[in-house]
Amino acid sequence: MERVTEPQDRQEEEQERGLSQRIGVRQDATAGAPAVDGPATVPRGPREAIFGLEEVQVSYGPKPAVRGVNFDIGKNEITALIGPSGCGKSTLIRCLNRMNDLIPGARVEGKVLYHGQDLYGAQVDAVEVRKRIGMVFQKPNPFPKSIYDNIAFGPRVLGMKGSMDEIVERALTQGALWEEVKDRLKTNAFGMSGGQQQRLCIARCLAVNPDVILMDEPCSALDPISTGKIEDLMMELKQDYSIVIVTHNMQQAARVSDKTAFFTVELDDEEHRSGRVVEFDDTEKIFTNPADSRTEAYVTGKVGE
Amino acid sequence: MSERQAIEAAPAARRAKDTAFRLALMACLGLSILLLGVLLYDVVKDGAGHLDWHFVSSFTSISADKAGAQAAIWGTIWLMGICAVFIVPVGVATAIYLEEYADNDRWYNRLIEVNIQNLAAVPSIVYGILGLAFLVRGPLSLGNTVLAGGLTLGLLVLPVVIISGREAIRAVPPSIREGSMALGATQWQTIWRQVLPASIPGIATGVILALSRAIGETAPLIVVGAATVIAFNPEGLDSQFTALPIQIFNWIQRASNDVNDYRPLAAAAILLLMIMLILMNSIAIWLRNRYEQKW
Amino acid sequence: MEASASAAGARAVPTLGAARRRWGELLVKALLILATLLSVLTTTGIVIALLRETIDFFGSVGVWEFLSGTKWTPLFEPASFGVRPLVIGTFLITGIALVVAAPLGLGAAIYLSEYAKPRVRKTIKPILEILAGVPTIVFGYFALTFFTPTILQDLLHLKVDLFNALAAGIIMGFMILPTIASVAEDAMSAVPQSLREGAYGLGASKLQVSVRVVFPAALSGIVAAIVLGVSRAVGETMIVLLAAGAVANNALNPSEPHQSLAAFIGATAGGDAPTGSIEYKTIFAVGMLLFVITLIMNLISIRFVRKYRQVYE
Repeated sequence: MERVTEPQDRQEEEQERGLSQRIGVRQDATAGAPAVDGPATVPRGPREAIFGLEEVQVSYGPKPAVRGVNFDIGKNEITALIGPSGCGKSTLIRCLNRMNDLIPGARVEGKVLYHGQDLYGAQVDAVEVRKRIGMVFQKPNPFPKSIYDNIAFGPRVLGMKGSMDEIVERALTQGALWEEVKDRLKTNAFGMSGGQQQRLCIARCLAVNPDVILMDEPCSALDPISTGKIEDLMMELKQDYSIVIVTHNMQQAARVSDKTAFFTVELDDEEHRSGRVVEFDDTEKIFTNPADSRTEAYVTGKVGE
Repeated sequence: MSERQAIEAAPAARRAKDTAFRLALMACLGLSILLLGVLLYDVVKDGAGHLDWHFVSSFTSISADKAGAQAAIWGTIWLMGICAVFIVPVGVATAIYLEEYADNDRWYNRLIEVNIQNLAAVPSIVYGILGLAFLVRGPLSLGNTVLAGGLTLGLLVLPVVIISGREAIRAVPPSIREGSMALGATQWQTIWRQVLPASIPGIATGVILALSRAIGETAPLIVVGAATVIAFNPEGLDSQFTALPIQIFNWIQRASNDVNDYRPLAAAAILLLMIMLILMNSIAIWLRNRYEQKW
Repeated sequence: MEASASAAGARAVPTLGAARRRWGELLVKALLILATLLSVLTTTGIVIALLRETIDFFGSVGVWEFLSGTKWTPLFEPASFGVRPLVIGTFLITGIALVVAAPLGLGAAIYLSEYAKPRVRKTIKPILEILAGVPTIVFGYFALTFFTPTILQDLLHLKVDLFNALAAGIIMGFMILPTIASVAEDAMSAVPQSLREGAYGLGASKLQVSVRVVFPAALSGIVAAIVLGVSRAVGETMIVLLAAGAVANNALNPSEPHQSLAAFIGATAGGDAPTGSIEYKTIFAVGMLLFVITLIMNLISIRFVRKYRQVYE
């Protein structure tokens, strides 16, 4: 992947650095250095798309909630969906694992392709979809069971083979929680702190070996330290999984994501709000040199929530 | 009159009225509590002396001093068991359907809800008539058996189980269901493994309250043909039977001819019934306090 | 890292599988629907059972005779099938019960809702629930063996028969009191605090606020409470059966025995009436009348409950 073109002179470079400092983008990205192979990056060939979204529009009832969605979600990348409240980013992410099926009156138009297959095809079983595309919610929602049973729930209902103890340990390790809870696996999950509960939810998701992990504002109910831990976790997880994250925290999007989609809110004649994708690009580009003025207004804080 | 005097003077009369009103309200409550107290006192006074092992282990008899409530006690226990076996699966299944599957915008689902609300208020003796027409005679022709009695009581208290079951299920937050479905569990897997286990305390409390209502009922059992003079415990589902309320009724009627002999018997049986009810309600309250899930 | 990269790549492109119908899920749903239909079946059963025999009954006895006749002696020779005395008995006793239950129940409700401190409420409400949980046969026993002889005859020196409507009515009143109190209290608690504060702010006393603001605001719920209480009283069997005697009586005299619709059914249906006999059919005809009366009252009550819930939600 080509990095950003080198700035013309020091002043421009400083301006850009200033801008990027405000939003916390890593320095080496803007300095124009080539990508360094390290634990955070994977040597890859041509970008493989996991999801292909073409003219997707979602409606609850007669009016659309979000429309004009056209982009790909890449494999082993973190894709961020950002935008003001009510712009449909949560609505869209819930389409990717067919959670919107649970809402009566929800309708999806356009094409949602998953590995080239129509996710909403007549032959497709939503339950099978969710086995492969997992989700972490805004408010941590552990089950009222032990930590062990929380993790084991998915593998049990899916009939996964193998030693449950090993599956649970592997999931908790991947979820950066094993060391903290290995001695109290049988205690109730409700006794954990908010940040731990959310990591539990992530580990629970990992236990069923998904292909994609969707995260709907996973850190908005958490304190900064827990948030940091989860962001670190996401960077590790993207080696093995593809992640889509909805966030209203721009700095977070800039910190962790590879690609970003910016949504805006539109008001139609009857004061009905709906969302629309304005721009989709590499994260650095969105935050340092966005193509659309609406994007720039949002990422520089000129426009509020 | 100065302003101050005006403010201070007026309330005196009004305060008297206020106090009188308040006392009147307290009297309303007081009278109710008083009646309950007198009732309990009367029953204990009449029956406590007679409540002994002999009473519990003997059958009813022509001579009052030999009579006991064994058949009635076991009859009540059998009725409770049959009732429970019926209402738990049917009531819980209905509650699950109405809360998890039924779309409330459909007219037929709303009709079912209104239906259940109505059934909860139908007089208990009408359930007895229903039992007589369909269970004792009519299509099922079970006769005056303990099975017919238990099922009749079951139909009577089924709405209680459905309504409390629905509340217990509704109390489970949607986020739990979402979390489960997002992992790839089906709707039934989610209900069976997450929603139901979390609602069991509430459902159990509802079932116990339903059963305690059932065993206190007399009228439906009269219509369904519970025997009043029976000297054996139920031996099978097709046994004839009696029950505590029925035995109490019979002994009260006999007391009108022979107060001194039969009144203590009736009172002792009432005490027994009330003890059973207190026990069951205490268990229900304990269950609720101990196992209620705080979300 | 190389391994994890190739593992990620090696995971086969997941196919989403043809949507095989999940037979297990459909079966479960079908069973659940079956269970739910049982409740509908019960109502249908009640209606059919009552209707069939009632229509049969009206084959031998005219509807007009039934509804307007004033003599109820179905088991005598010659038999008389005027249901009036039973209706009179039912509503006389219910009326007396209401005279007791309405003021006491509403008074208790106002006290609990407006006056009682939370600790007092927590102690009183369970006591009312105990009162509500006493089996009706126990009330009947109390009415017959204590209330009539000791209170009415000895203490108050009233000239009442051993079996009389007054005792049945008064005790019935205490039986339905918890129902009226709890539904009315629910309705009053639902009145928003802002209404009370508005009145207090104008200098109103607690009495005035309770009676002039809260009570009218909760009126539809209070009406629902009373209608519900009346419905329970009308359908109640054992208290009447034990304390009011078994004589169908047209006179509006509470000191005499009376028989209600429900009590008649209880007295007749000892389980021995041969199917198809006129005796058997009277059970159903009277049962039908009772069912219709209570159904109408329940529907009215539900309508009023919905109204008070709607206003404040």
